[in-house]
Amino acid sequence: MTPPLQPASLGELTEAVRSAPRVLATGAGTKLRLSAVDAVKISLARLTGVTEYEPSEFTITALAGTPVREIAATLAQRGQFLPFDPLLVEAGATLGGTVASGLSGPGRLRFGGLRDFILGVRFVDGAGRLLRAGGKVVKNAAGFDLPKFFVGSLGRFGVLAEITFKVFPRPASTLTLQLPVAGAEAAAQLIIEASGARWEPAAVDLLTGGKAVCLRLAGPASALLEMSREIFARWPGAALSDTDAETIWSGLREFRWAYADGLLAKVALTPAAWPALERGLGLLDGARAHLSAGGSQAFISLPSAAPSGPLDESLRGLGLVAVTLRGNAPLWLGARPRSKIALAVKEALDPERRFPGLDD
Amino acid sequence: MSATVLQRLASLLPPERLLSQPEQLGAYESDGLTAYRVRPLAIAIPETTDEVIALVRHCHAERLAFVARGSGTSLSGGSLPVAGGIVIALNRLNRILRLDPAARVAVVEAGVVNAQVSLEAAPYGLRYAPDPSSQPICTIGGNVAFNAGGAHCLKYGMTSNHVLGIKAVLATGEVAEWGGVSRENIGPDWCGLFTGSEGLFGIALEITLQLLPKAECFHTVLAGYRTLEQAGDAVSAVIASGLLPGAIEIMDALALQAAQAAVHAEYPPGCEAVLIVELEGPREVVAAERARLDEIIAASRPIEARPARDAEERAAIWKGRKSAFSAVGRLSPDFIVQDGVVPRRRLGEALRRIHQMAAEAGIRCGNVFHAGDGNLHPLILFDGREAGALPRAEALAGRILRMCVEMGGSITGEHGVGVEKRDYLALMFNAEEMDCLKRVRAAFDPLGIANPGKMFPGAESPGPPPGGLHPLEKAGRLSRV
Repeated sequence: MTPPLQPASLGELTEAVRSAPRVLATGAGTKLRLSAVDAVKISLARLTGVTEYEPSEFTITALAGTPVREIAATLAQRGQFLPFDPLLVEAGATLGGTVASGLSGPGRLRFGGLRDFILGVRFVDGAGRLLRAGGKVVKNAAGFDLPKFFVGSLGRFGVLAEITFKVFPRPASTLTLQLPVAGAEAAAQLIIEASGARWEPAAVDLLTGGKAVCLRLAGPASALLEMSREIFARWPGAALSDTDAETIWSGLREFRWAYADGLLAKVALTPAAWPALERGLGLLDGARAHLSAGGSQAFISLPSAAPSGPLDESLRGLGLVAVTLRGNAPLWLGARPRSKIALAVKEALDPERRFPGLDD
Repeated sequence: MSATVLQRLASLLPPERLLSQPEQLGAYESDGLTAYRVRPLAIAIPETTDEVIALVRHCHAERLAFVARGSGTSLSGGSLPVAGGIVIALNRLNRILRLDPAARVAVVEAGVVNAQVSLEAAPYGLRYAPDPSSQPICTIGGNVAFNAGGAHCLKYGMTSNHVLGIKAVLATGEVAEWGGVSRENIGPDWCGLFTGSEGLFGIALEITLQLLPKAECFHTVLAGYRTLEQAGDAVSAVIASGLLPGAIEIMDALALQAAQAAVHAEYPPGCEAVLIVELEGPREVVAAERARLDEIIAASRPIEARPARDAEERAAIWKGRKSAFSAVGRLSPDFIVQDGVVPRRRLGEALRRIHQMAAEAGIRCGNVFHAGDGNLHPLILFDGREAGALPRAEALAGRILRMCVEMGGSITGEHGVGVEKRDYLALMFNAEEMDCLKRVRAAFDPLGIANPGKMFPGAESPGPPPGGLHPLEKAGRLSRV
């Protein structure tokens, strides 16, 4: 296998794209299945660094190989953050990989996911041209919104080189409440009610094992304490210390609950669909799951020896679709719709098919 | 030729829903960009999504240009008809197909009016966040096509941030369905790409919108300042404080005058600028944050700060603000509502330069803007009956847009490129980038029949000529007011 190319400048990146008939960008390798396809790899590891940061503008621009950890640290110094809780940050996930995989964490509940914070990109198309799309200001409606299209497109339509994000002021404090639940129906009901409630929680997640929901409030400390009393009156539970809360949230963000060498997949759903999915997973040996972001996504993990076929069937039966992030399984599980337009847009951005397709 | 085109169209719709008489076409010749008029061949008024699909497939088979239209409120000429083409008026596709309070989503047809969604969602304690000023009449289909904004974009984003699923008929006749009721998505974000494509990809038929919990509590402050700079400094102070207001708006003297004339809004005497800041959220949070905001506003030395004491006072503040655009009509026979974005920290500088440019051109120009996200709306006043007045006003608009781009901003924050700004898109994107956008457009619409003449400079439909009459004007097929 050809060793990965390691461009150290945007010029070298465009050359790297043109250097082989089939190439695919890679980041830190935290979601290996996404790039497990036959192609010369272009590592973005040397294209790192924040290129523009204006705290007063609520925007930050960085090269795609920059670890999200660095971005988060830079933002934290000025009291700002990415509210969608990027995943696998401690594991080293890069900004480009995070966008290409389209992954958001528990915090996507309150203000939206990664797609809602991406403002602009520079990317290299299949012809090796470095192009700009979107903008660098928080509001912009000029031209087609290709930056959003790249979210979740797995590097199959272009190589992300530089990305601009909208950022928000970090809330004054957070308070996490752990609320025990009995069964998937009860969990779904609690999640539905809490996600739409007047408290505007930042996150509502069902912990792996399905025994408790963690609800995170964000805002001025005095307000959170008052609201928590009302929440406990509705659903008995306990407030967690900041340290305990961080252990739980970081465990979820880093997939510490998942099989390290097994399958890890993301499913998009609604909380109402959870009980049926949970029943399906119950039939699979060793299956674990985390229902996240107000029940809008579930992450599923299987032991390395488990076949993915039954999961695929189960998802199909429920009309759900998943993308495999790690493990030895097809890239897509369940019922992924296909369309002619996907091929036409692929042709427009990558006429020579230099990048693998979504079905490769 | 047009007679046979009409005859073939007549097989798709009953005669009362296919308009082609001159007096019927008149109402559709123009949209919110009233300076332009084009008479289309016919207006098709479908009542079902299947009829829209059949119309688009027919247009594809006949290479007939079509322009989808909702309520025709586009300020960039986004629904300006194409001569020889048809307008597909979607107002009768006005059903809210599903409102799911558990999933907090609404599935609506393209012709549903924006404000209607929040109205229907209200009994469930939910709302649809995007609130363009035209929300009492503009449609979701138009909002999706032009990625409409509003006063709450800094905190809640634009239309695009609230679209979870789209069923659309593409210009090729293909019916695509993307996304769905989940807030999360698997694979490329097609809804994100389609939203804001200005009708160049096809027509959205059914849209799944995310609904948010209704904000429980508001704290709305109106503050009057002696100068625009002071109001701008107050915005900077609010932003630096770590608060995240739902809205931060500024109106200048001319806009205030217009709002006073139109809806009898009352503003502190002697102020040259009014700032509106609104906090929203759970009552406990707003209670904790309001003192902080009041302190910041007091420290910014306004002539007067007026917190709204109840819902009625809050509504009055917003009524004045949202009426400002149309209210300018009372001050001038004609005006252009411009839409540009600058980095927020350069707002003061941008406003000074706009005033200077307007003074040099001898043109009255007011400003209403979403200060929180640097989105300017210069209101350029002119009298269309005066020879050369429109080109002069457009020239000023052009200089303002160039300034926005030079400052690192955008030629449009929320109105879209449309016809109005198509000659300016290339200020933001180089030739290769423009080529990329065109290739993407061609992927969706290889024949160039979906809303041609919008977004890209070219000869497909009338655009602002640099001077003199457009060939279509000379031919009597296009006129301006």
